[in-house]
Amino acid sequence: MLHIVNKSHAQTTSLQSCLRLAKAGSALLLIEDAVYAATHAGAAGSGIADAMSRLKVYALQPDVDARGMAGKLVDGVTTVDYAGFVGLVAEHPNNQSWL
Amino acid sequence: MAAVKKFMFVNRKAPFGTIYALESLEVVLIAATFDQDVSLVFLDDGVYEIVKGQNPKGIGIKNHSPTYRALDGYDVEKLYVERESMEARGLTEADLLVPVEVLSSTEMADLMAEQDVVLSF
Repeated sequence: MLHIVNKSHAQTTSLQSCLRLAKAGSALLLIEDAVYAATHAGAAGSGIADAMSRLKVYALQPDVDARGMAGKLVDGVTTVDYAGFVGLVAEHPNNQSWL
Repeated sequence: MAAVKKFMFVNRKAPFGTIYALESLEVVLIAATFDQDVSLVFLDDGVYEIVKGQNPKGIGIKNHSPTYRALDGYDVEKLYVERESMEARGLTEADLLVPVEVLSSTEMADLMAEQDVVLSF
């Protein structure tokens, strides 16, 4: 399953709930303001650092770039472009966009 | 007719602060009309959507909570509440206006992963 989160972990509990309910081996794509969760400054507080051992974590590169966060993501996060986003959706049997 | 898909509606918002709870109900009824396999999940503040005794008359909003009791009539009978969310809000099954199945986070994660379509509200 692919989980997609688009809100900052500092603003809403979407990411927190997603991490609680994502099964090991699932994929997590961070887009829009959720990309801050995968930065060096954010990864511990957001739970991403802990989650990386059981989830495959992706971040949408255009959203990372837009926010000046390129080069500030923690190791182990894979960035994807829009085509990569589509590819992730296509390769997983189901997905959930957390609100 | 197309094959039946498993639709899960994940409700995570309290009932009146946003329109999400009501919109979710509307879409659930549509999905049920198309004879799909529908589940409703209540997580986080979404548990407040099905608390007994809601009376929004004073805030000028229609009380849509009785609709959850009518879902049964549309063959929507799979209602799930995450135990952690319910307990964190000091609620028990006795506080809820419809019969639900209470699941742990782990059980909920399994259920979510087996759906064809998951819609968040």
